[in-house]
Amino acid sequence: MATKSGRVISAQKPFDWKKALLKWEVFLVVIFIAVNIMNAFISPYYLSVNGLFTATSSFLEKSFIVLPMAYVLLLGEIDISVGATVALSACMLGISFNAGMPMGAAVLICLLTGAACGALNGLILTRFQELAPMIVTLGTQILYRGLAEILLEDQATGGFTKVAWFKNLYWGKVGVVPIMFIIFVICAAVFGVVMHGTTFGRRMYAIGSNPLAAKYSGIQVQRIRFIIYTLTGLFSAVTALFLASGMGSARSNIASGYELEAISMAVLGGILTDGGKGNFPGAILAIFILGFLRYGLGLVNVASQLMMVIIGLLLIVVVMAPNLNLGRFFKKKAAK
Amino acid sequence: MKKKLVSVMLCAAMAMTLLAGCGGSPSDSDSAAGGDANAPSQGEDSTSGGDKEQADASADDADQNGSDQATGTGGKSCAILVKSAGNPYNKKMIEGFQEIMDAEGVTCVVKEPEEASAEAQIKMINELVAQGISSIAIAGNDPDALQPALEEAMNQGIKVCCMDSSVNADSRQLFVNQAGIEIIGETLMEAVYDITGGEGQWAILSATSQATNQNAWIDAMKTVMEDEKYSKLELVEVAYGDDEYQKSVDQTQALLANYPDLKVICAPTTVGIMAAAKVLKDEQTDVKLTGLGLPSEMADYIGTDDAHSCPYMYLWNPIDIGRLTAYVSLALVDGSITGAEGENFTAGDLGDYTIEAAADGGTEVVLGPPFAFTPDNIEEWKNVY
Repeated sequence: MATKSGRVISAQKPFDWKKALLKWEVFLVVIFIAVNIMNAFISPYYLSVNGLFTATSSFLEKSFIVLPMAYVLLLGEIDISVGATVALSACMLGISFNAGMPMGAAVLICLLTGAACGALNGLILTRFQELAPMIVTLGTQILYRGLAEILLEDQATGGFTKVAWFKNLYWGKVGVVPIMFIIFVICAAVFGVVMHGTTFGRRMYAIGSNPLAAKYSGIQVQRIRFIIYTLTGLFSAVTALFLASGMGSARSNIASGYELEAISMAVLGGILTDGGKGNFPGAILAIFILGFLRYGLGLVNVASQLMMVIIGLLLIVVVMAPNLNLGRFFKKKAAK
Repeated sequence: MKKKLVSVMLCAAMAMTLLAGCGGSPSDSDSAAGGDANAPSQGEDSTSGGDKEQADASADDADQNGSDQATGTGGKSCAILVKSAGNPYNKKMIEGFQEIMDAEGVTCVVKEPEEASAEAQIKMINELVAQGISSIAIAGNDPDALQPALEEAMNQGIKVCCMDSSVNADSRQLFVNQAGIEIIGETLMEAVYDITGGEGQWAILSATSQATNQNAWIDAMKTVMEDEKYSKLELVEVAYGDDEYQKSVDQTQALLANYPDLKVICAPTTVGIMAAAKVLKDEQTDVKLTGLGLPSEMADYIGTDDAHSCPYMYLWNPIDIGRLTAYVSLALVDGSITGAEGENFTAGDLGDYTIEAAADGGTEVVLGPPFAFTPDNIEEWKNVY
């Protein structure tokens, strides 16, 4: 565990990574299987390939935010402006499309808007490092949502379904597999590889564990923070694209509460808010656990209030359980 | 390890107990009938929708699902999807819908999203499609955003109608309109004219800016107001309380602060009118209130003296909307109507209805004119709904 110098760095060595996988991701896999067995048991319609893939469409669109959110949390920071960024990007998409631009250009504007929102967060946070990310992104959250409301003035902007390829982003399928699912898998794979297989990923772990030590080790902490916040904005815009495609229109009040959903998925996946902890596959598993749980309960028409209670309980229990385990493991070691 | 196991089991057990409470438990005899009766109707769905797994699954496992207790009528199940949970008006609509479905022996599925958003409704539509429902009756949170999801549902052979707040003409087969838009516009305008005495400032407190019904009524009122008779009335603002109590309170207070000469607030939404009534009472202003409200919630505020802010208000019976929607769903499912203009059907005790062309290019049935609640009749109605 400890290197020769006696320092413990939580940047992961291969065997250490495996150990963590055994503890946490396997636990999530167990939960995932349990959720699926329960769903199959309570609803005869659950185990249908078509139905399950359609179900992924209901939660994958917001899951694109989870990917960069995992990075943000890994740094030990938080970004709660993502929901508002989604709304603003979607509004810009609608406005530019309805102003007569081709859909391709509108999509580009949407992505640029998202990236710009994220970059503004990053700029403020890297220029004024003493500010808490929670407060800054709370401010920009209100700012972005306000801009969206000014732009659309309580109205909707729509007509996206006229463009077939854009509608297919959400509704299109290759065989039974939704296009969105394929795109998500590709994005998730890239994010996972970057986090676990590159120097950039190891630097994120280093920053999350101890920003000061990382800085003195020669890591360009502020540059990485800026990149990650911009990335978060960009992927909020990706969510905006899929959301707009699914609804065929956009409004200023869409995507409210997405920030907390994204954060809770990442935290359930083991990427804790203190930073420097967690593995990417856990976050992906958590997305599917929560998504399928909601879908299964929805299939047997559980009242939405009750569903919130169940999901809240699951979150608490799952996040609590491994902490109890850790304590036990250490005790056992000490006894030996 | 033990603790890990225990916590997993605890978690599962907790979820199961919660589910057991609401899932309902179909008896064995039901399930036998369900398995047989379900197969043909699902078969029809599958030919149009092409979803073989669903048909197989429902034939085999109809006994497992509380929502699929098929009875003698051929395993039909009709769903009602309202705007959001926790709204007494929606509850009454569901009550009426459920009453007719129970009487006809058809499985009734109730869906209430936790928030009044189109996103939440799309998710629920997908869930309903996946469980092979026969029909969906929806009160839309957005006229256009549900179109792709509802078109998908109709492609699967599911009958789609809407009530209370319509979705656009392409997303539905028929709209169950609580009252003609023009007639509501005229009635409310007449009330404002009467209460102001024919001149002065008035404001509208609406729900969300995207609520189809609200906007249609407000437009209708504006059209009526163009008449010479109303020329001395000045509509100062349309405020949006988003059908949230606190936001409606804030908006009402803002109206009072911004327009000291305001005479009347017209709130064509049950949440808005109640919030406004509370504010007017607390502030003890002489601003008057009218609009569309639930009698049980508004009873304390209705009266002609200065202590009461609301001389009279209107509403239709939400239970009757639910009932009529149920009859429409059933008629669509058994094929006796298709939602085309000119078709007739009988809605039990509610009488005979004819499908008419709607202003948005689709079709609708109109429940009837709005009903006035006055100090004279509020006592008897406040216990009804």
